Amino acid sequence: MSTKTYDAGVKDYALTYWTPDYVPLDSDLLACFKVTAQPNVPREEAAAAVAAESSTGTWTTVWSDLLTDLDYYKGRAYRIEDVPGDRESFYAFVAYPIDLFEEGSIVNVLTSLVGNVFGFKAVRALRLEDIRFPLHYVKTCGGPPNGIQVERDRLDKYGRPFLGATVKPKLGLSAKNYGRAVYEMLRGGLDFTKDDENVNSQPFMRWQNRFEFVMEAVRKAQEETGERKGHYLNVTAPTCEEMFKRAEFAKELGAPIIMHDFLTGGFTANTSLANWCRDNGMLLHIHRAMHAVIDRNPKHGIHFRVLAKCLRLSGGDHLHTGTVVGKLEGDRQSTLGFVDQLRESFIPEDRSRGLFFDQDWGGMPGVMAVASGGIHVWHIPALVTIFGDDSVLQFGGGTQGHPWGNAAGAAANRVATEACVKARNEGVEVEKNAREILSDAARHSPELAAAMETWKEIKFEFDVVDKLDAA
Amino acid sequence: MSTASTMGDHATVGRYETFSYLPALSRDEILEQILYILENGWNASLEHEHPSRAFEYYWPMWKMPFFGEQDPGVILAEIEACRRAYPDHHVRLVGYDNYAQSKGHAFLVHRAL
Repeated sequence: MSTKTYDAGVKDYALTYWTPDYVPLDSDLLACFKVTAQPNVPREEAAAAVAAESSTGTWTTVWSDLLTDLDYYKGRAYRIEDVPGDRESFYAFVAYPIDLFEEGSIVNVLTSLVGNVFGFKAVRALRLEDIRFPLHYVKTCGGPPNGIQVERDRLDKYGRPFLGATVKPKLGLSAKNYGRAVYEMLRGGLDFTKDDENVNSQPFMRWQNRFEFVMEAVRKAQEETGERKGHYLNVTAPTCEEMFKRAEFAKELGAPIIMHDFLTGGFTANTSLANWCRDNGMLLHIHRAMHAVIDRNPKHGIHFRVLAKCLRLSGGDHLHTGTVVGKLEGDRQSTLGFVDQLRESFIPEDRSRGLFFDQDWGGMPGVMAVASGGIHVWHIPALVTIFGDDSVLQFGGGTQGHPWGNAAGAAANRVATEACVKARNEGVEVEKNAREILSDAARHSPELAAAMETWKEIKFEFDVVDKLDAA
Repeated sequence: MSTASTMGDHATVGRYETFSYLPALSRDEILEQILYILENGWNASLEHEHPSRAFEYYWPMWKMPFFGEQDPGVILAEIEACRRAYPDHHVRLVGYDNYAQSKGHAFLVHRAL
């Protein structure tokens, strides 16, 4: 049927890979890139180059191109749009046929879409803004090992956000003193405590010793409060064998939840661990160290909403999303956009939230959003409003910096959260009435009163670096 | 100088999840939460258990979930009836969210002494 002949040499990418009339299929994987082309490279050519280099193309034609149906396998740049408020860059939309990717492999998708193309000379900078994973592909991925509803049922906690705290100082404590810090926070009213991401198995505190003391703390706090508790035991390790060894020991000790760093650990390790968690009834908390290296530059890299989607597919029950209000970077609308991607079943395109495509997750379970980084009682009204119930408000200094110590700090966090939830349910605008709600609650809680006094002046008012594109 | 003399102590006491760190809710406050459950389209339900078994997942259900009941007064009356029938039990109000296949809300409306 084909009558093509071999014509050696270099052709313009646009001839093959710029197809403005193409109507994407429901099964196509769609991507939106923000392209900053080299001067004098036409937009269509730059967009086509991105489509080519992230799919079937290379810099020259080769004879073996004619042994396959490249028209089926090629990625297609099908739309170009201006970036609001930016004359230098543009959005390029690319459609990839689903058969370009191995089933259930986020590794394979990323290796194609953000592989060599990001070092390609024809573009000065390139940012992957969003991916539409077709439902056909979503169904090939394992996803969260348990999901939000299963977690709530196991922990028997409903109608409010979960509360957690990361043990501080993050490095240097002995296992027994570390367990003490955990015990005090859990008995005070937190649901979870967390290993800091840097805590793996250092000379000052080996993992086995930490796991044992921490689980003793969890057991005792649970018994005394009558509430279910957990500690994210960090099983991130130098090798997968070691990671699984630690996960198995956590299970043996009766831990309900473990944690992993998905970017430094890598998607292969993460997906395997998520599968193990699904088989073993273990919740999986996911930290995101290294994300800001990848996602903070507005012109180059990968937007966090893409990393969040990838994590939901690879598997995790919790994911850190930033807080909007604390010490770490995060634009409110943009954060709400990827929080939806973690928790909802269908999310329509919404440019005001940075969402470039409709995304259908089918029946895939949702991921809890974890708001962590520099938060304290005064932030709680905003956090409850922004993140809603299916979230973990994750403190650190905001619990352990309390003048009366960890248990009082935890109680202050819990009282403030419950007061905000109660007011919200009564129809009160919680953020607007924050001072009144907290002051009211503090009349019954000296712990909260002391916390409010301690942190009344602390704010983090720096402008964000990575904002949504707007004119 | 030590600040021990001005420092408070947080004593551990038994808790019952959502709202158990707040003072017991008044009848009017419970009414507000019932309205919240109904406005979300959830089905109110009651469960009760003796404090010695409160840690267990399943508490006996009081009658059936009040499917379709929109009158918060009826639910308040059922709370009262459940309390009278089991004076030494905790009573918990639940909002079943059939869309999420979970509970949208759950908190103690009566705490046994």
